Amino acid sequence: MNSIVELKNVSKSYGPVLSLKPINLKIGGNEIVGLIGDNGAGKSTLIKLITGLESPTLGEIFIKGKRIDLNQYSVKISQQLGIETVYQKLSLCEKQPLWRNFFAGRPITNAFGLINVKKQRKITAEIMKSTIGFRSEGINVDTQVSFLSGGERQGVAIGRAMYFESDLIILDEPTVALAISEVEKVLRFVNNIKNKGKSCIFIEHNIHHVHEISDRIIVLDRGELVLNCQKQSIEINDLIQLLKELHFRKKNKTNLHKGI
Amino acid sequence: MKKILNIDGVTVGIVFLALILVFMLTAPRVFLNFRIYMSFFATVPPPLIIALGITLVAVAGEMDLSFPSTVALSSYIFAYLFENFQLSWLAFVIAILAGATVGFVNGLVITMLGIPSLIATLALLFLWGGFVTIISGGIQLAIPTIYETPIHNFLVGRFEQFFPVQILWAILISIVIWLLLNRHKFGENLLFIGDNSEVAKMMGINVILEKIKLFTLSGILSSVGGVFLTLETTSYFSSQGMGYLLTVIAAVFIGGTSIFGGSGRVIGTVFAVFIVTVIEAGLVASGIQGFWTRFFIGLVFILAVSINTLLENPGKVPLVRFFRAKGFFQTL
Ligand SMILES: Nc1ncnc2c1ncn2[C@@H]1O[C@H](COP(=O)(O)OP(=O)(O)O)[C@@H](O)[C@H]1O
Ligand SMILES: [Mg+2]
Repeated sequence: MNSIVELKNVSKSYGPVLSLKPINLKIGGNEIVGLIGDNGAGKSTLIKLITGLESPTLGEIFIKGKRIDLNQYSVKISQQLGIETVYQKLSLCEKQPLWRNFFAGRPITNAFGLINVKKQRKITAEIMKSTIGFRSEGINVDTQVSFLSGGERQGVAIGRAMYFESDLIILDEPTVALAISEVEKVLRFVNNIKNKGKSCIFIEHNIHHVHEISDRIIVLDRGELVLNCQKQSIEINDLIQLLKELHFRKKNKTNLHKGI
Repeated sequence: MKKILNIDGVTVGIVFLALILVFMLTAPRVFLNFRIYMSFFATVPPPLIIALGITLVAVAGEMDLSFPSTVALSSYIFAYLFENFQLSWLAFVIAILAGATVGFVNGLVITMLGIPSLIATLALLFLWGGFVTIISGGIQLAIPTIYETPIHNFLVGRFEQFFPVQILWAILISIVIWLLLNRHKFGENLLFIGDNSEVAKMMGINVILEKIKLFTLSGILSSVGGVFLTLETTSYFSSQGMGYLLTVIAAVFIGGTSIFGGSGRVIGTVFAVFIVTVIEAGLVASGIQGFWTRFFIGLVFILAVSINTLLENPGKVPLVRFFRAKGFFQTL
């Protein structure tokens, strides 16, 4: 199978802190990968390396089989290569209207760099109606993000990722702080990604949600890849057991550290 | 109602007109005569052109206090090259290149050393100011012979013997800056950076590069303002730009540009520079002593920034929160 992203011995340290130990990982085509791990396990760090927001301390990254020059790699390039990310919270700018936020960082411009406001407004309105299904009165393309609810914000970010034709959509804890009905919308969207033949990395705390929609499950623990297997090969109860053990081990270790 | 007041220039425009009306009552001899307005059109362009640059800087959530020294440097270079080498247009170009260089270096210092721009540009205000004094030997220059030369007529001449053409240049630059902020990709990047630079970075905006471009542009606009000032006054002295330091910054925020970054009002800045200039002239013409000027500008400054913050986000005003807790202003 052709992989979209492949990491070879990729690691990341922030100063003396080794946030991600050398990791080997492949994300295939049309695959939903669920990524689980405690807070601070290194999930977001892994994502930032894939999207070019941070560069790895060591290792190689291949995208669609092509080796990436890590000195040149950036968010722009990963977007051009078809990787879209919806971050935990850092996706939208509060004071800007939706028609700007939809095209953040890549507005539709002419040769002079002038933005085609009319076109952007039209596309934004379309996405809001069709892809996201915004029905809420009082929300239009001119609405500032600061007036949107958490779910609506996530909807905008996801709608944007959908609009820019991408092969891999990464969702970093998109359901944090969402009402249950809104969480279901997000899950439906992830299914949509699968149906459209694209891939997705889905970071989520709720193990049931992850198990339900993923093809493959990855578990990170203190910067280390401790599980990487097809969903069929692990029962949800075993998965929960594993996570409990990891959590327990962690507690013991920190206690040992404190000399307890 | 709140929507209309939030449109670029509306609130300040109303304040400006009200101020003119008041002065027409308190100083009718001066303010009912068109001459005072011609004098505004002659003196407003230099601080206005500088303030346009500072508006963009503020949009990005940054500050540039170094412009008085940039004004001095470009004024000196222009006056020196004119007096010693009879250069006019070329002197203009070189003066602006010097401003661009200063701005570029400022941008490097801020982005590469990571010093907050408020502090960095305060240091650079001293540094460049000292630099000008060193290269000039602290002298003043008078260039009366530039009067009625082609460059003088073209940039600061009097149309039909009375209308200062520099106001047209200033308006043209204002339109360009308005387009840059509201319709151009560069301006949008500044809006995103000022709103939340982490998000801007996530969305693939090269924050460092855009900031360097921003400070370079601010340097260019300051030097254009400096050359206009030297042309209008046909002289250079080192503290020339210093008088603009506080009024320009006051004008940017009176105009409605957010003190928190992420939103900017170019038309607001235009009116606000007029307001600051008019207050000065109006108080004096009304028989009030000159030192009241600063007091009133300060008053307008606080009122304007409070109103702007109130329009932007009432929740950010502690006094409003206090009254809300007591059950007042719930609809604000
Ligand atoms: N910019 C940074 N500087 C220093 N340490 C960081 C930085 N980003 C993350 N870390 C550290 O790396 C580890 C992993 O963080 P992160 O990837 O955000 O975890 P997760 O997303 O799984 O909760 C944490 O210990 C965190 O403190
Ligand atoms: Mg995280």
